[in-house]
Amino acid sequence: MNFKLIAKRLSFLVLVIWAASTIVFFVPRLSPRNAIRERFAELSRSGGFSSGDIEKLIASMNQQFGLDKPLLEQYWNYLGNVVRLDFGYSLNRYPATVADIIAQALPWTFGLLMVTTILSFVIGNLLGAISAWPKAPQWLRSIATPFVLLTGVPPVIMGVLLLFFIGFRLKLLPLGGAYSIGVVPTWSWDFAFDLLLHQLLPGLALILGSVGGWVLSMRGMGVTIQGEDYVNFAEHKGLTGGRIFRDYYLRNTLLPQVTGLALALGTVVTSAIIVEGIFGLPGLGTVLNNAIRSNDFPTIYGIVLFITIAIAVLMAVLEFVYPLLDPRVRNQ
Amino acid sequence: MTTLTATSPAIAQASIEQPTGLVLLLRYFRRNKGLAVGLLILLGLILFTVIGFMVINPKHAYPLSVATRKPPSLQYPFGTDFFGRNLVAAMVVGMWQTAIIGVLAGGLGTMIGVVLGFTSAYFGGWIDATVRTICQILTPIPVLLIQVVVAGSLDKRDVTIITMALIVVMLAWMGPTLVIRAQVLTMKERQFVSVAKLSGVSDVGIIFKEILPNLLPFIAAAFVGQVFAAVFASFYLAVLGLGPLREPLLGNIIWAAQLQGAFFNGWWWWPIAPSIAMILILGSLALINMGLDELANPRVRKTE
Repeated sequence: MNFKLIAKRLSFLVLVIWAASTIVFFVPRLSPRNAIRERFAELSRSGGFSSGDIEKLIASMNQQFGLDKPLLEQYWNYLGNVVRLDFGYSLNRYPATVADIIAQALPWTFGLLMVTTILSFVIGNLLGAISAWPKAPQWLRSIATPFVLLTGVPPVIMGVLLLFFIGFRLKLLPLGGAYSIGVVPTWSWDFAFDLLLHQLLPGLALILGSVGGWVLSMRGMGVTIQGEDYVNFAEHKGLTGGRIFRDYYLRNTLLPQVTGLALALGTVVTSAIIVEGIFGLPGLGTVLNNAIRSNDFPTIYGIVLFITIAIAVLMAVLEFVYPLLDPRVRNQ
Repeated sequence: MTTLTATSPAIAQASIEQPTGLVLLLRYFRRNKGLAVGLLILLGLILFTVIGFMVINPKHAYPLSVATRKPPSLQYPFGTDFFGRNLVAAMVVGMWQTAIIGVLAGGLGTMIGVVLGFTSAYFGGWIDATVRTICQILTPIPVLLIQVVVAGSLDKRDVTIITMALIVVMLAWMGPTLVIRAQVLTMKERQFVSVAKLSGVSDVGIIFKEILPNLLPFIAAAFVGQVFAAVFASFYLAVLGLGPLREPLLGNIIWAAQLQGAFFNGWWWWPIAPSIAMILILGSLALINMGLDELANPRVRKTE
């Protein structure tokens, strides 16, 4: 990979982040809503402020947050803050900053996302490759079918159905939350087990909801590769089926799937966040849910922007990893 | 031998006879089962909604209209929820509203996509460069999150079914634009377009008489894809609590059920009805989309 390509990719990354930040900056300012005014109006309804005081308070708040400055200056400051991942203060949990709140919730989301994405990518691609491989036994090839049928079901609905069948009817797994009510988080096996039990259903919902997609695209790819001359050649050389499957077939089909993973990241992350909200896990999804319910605008915008930046960066990283996997690109 | 010659004219006669359109359609459905099943489910959903509007009282889809928290029974086949909505009525109205959002947002998105993709590909130059760059920059940004920002900054009272559709369409025209653009790019190099150009047909004439008719299958596929995306996006927004909260949108019902801890409290029927409805809607749209893809794109067409 040459330097020019890297520079081009990085400048594109910067452009994407700039575009997202600009949208998140201007959209709320186009809206007639004023978060600070709303917050004080709420407080005054619950008593304790006269309207004159409120105007003064709003003015001082505006000054403190720099909202009295000209729009362009605000925009410039804002871009600087985004670069430092400073998304301001949470309205609801003041004086906690949005960055603090994100940092607290992130490990939950990241853990769930990592495990489910890797598992569904691996399972989906293997099943897809096998289902398109003519020499695989029939029973092995047909395992993929139920997953394909589930493709149209969004992970959130999968979550609701799993909650109903496994959590509610069979009472096998807990109905939500990060750990059992009344349990104090400690570094013990019991707690780790409890934690795992609570992560199983959301994880399963995400995996079941996304495996089918990988199966479908992998199967399509596999069918085209089987006709290739090099696969024929390998067969006639007398290579074993397993060797052809692994080195000639899987390796070549897997490469476009990595690109597919980069493209799917946005969907993967958003569905994980919404599933988290449904299950009440303490990750970004629940924080976003609560922020939406309580009109905590800085938190909403901060989380959205943070996730957008994270996805853009991850996509760029995956693109840089790609040449390591593909010798043809590497040697160019 | 004699029997063969005796019967063969009859067979030839029968096979020459052109099958009617309906037979051809049924034969095509036999090959393209996904499309048939998808259309069948969609028809079922439409029937449910239409008959539902005749049978139920739409007012019962709103809070405080019937008894609360009743499990499914003969009187309330899907049960009633915590706020006193009859879930059958809520499904009928919610499905209708979902259809409005889907068709409105899908139609608008496809229209924007067709116009932008056309101008961009047909005229090329800086127009094309601008449209392409904007699409490229916006594509990696998760649309749903930006929709969260837009929906979140609106006043809750301003969020209606129509604004939902507009929010969804605002950031979802990139897909059809790119598809149509790619198709027009290949099509404008075809011979029939060159012939038309050489015989002095104007740009408008070429666009409407030569290229557009050939694009119709792609536009139809893009439309169904957009409807799917719009239904999906509005559902997610509603599950996050950003929908019009009073309306019985399917996502809203799931949001409310989760908020009230429906499973913890044993009201299992509450989130189940909208979930199954959503699976049927999205499933039928996905099947139709795949089926149309096969119709429009001979490369993935099955040969059997």
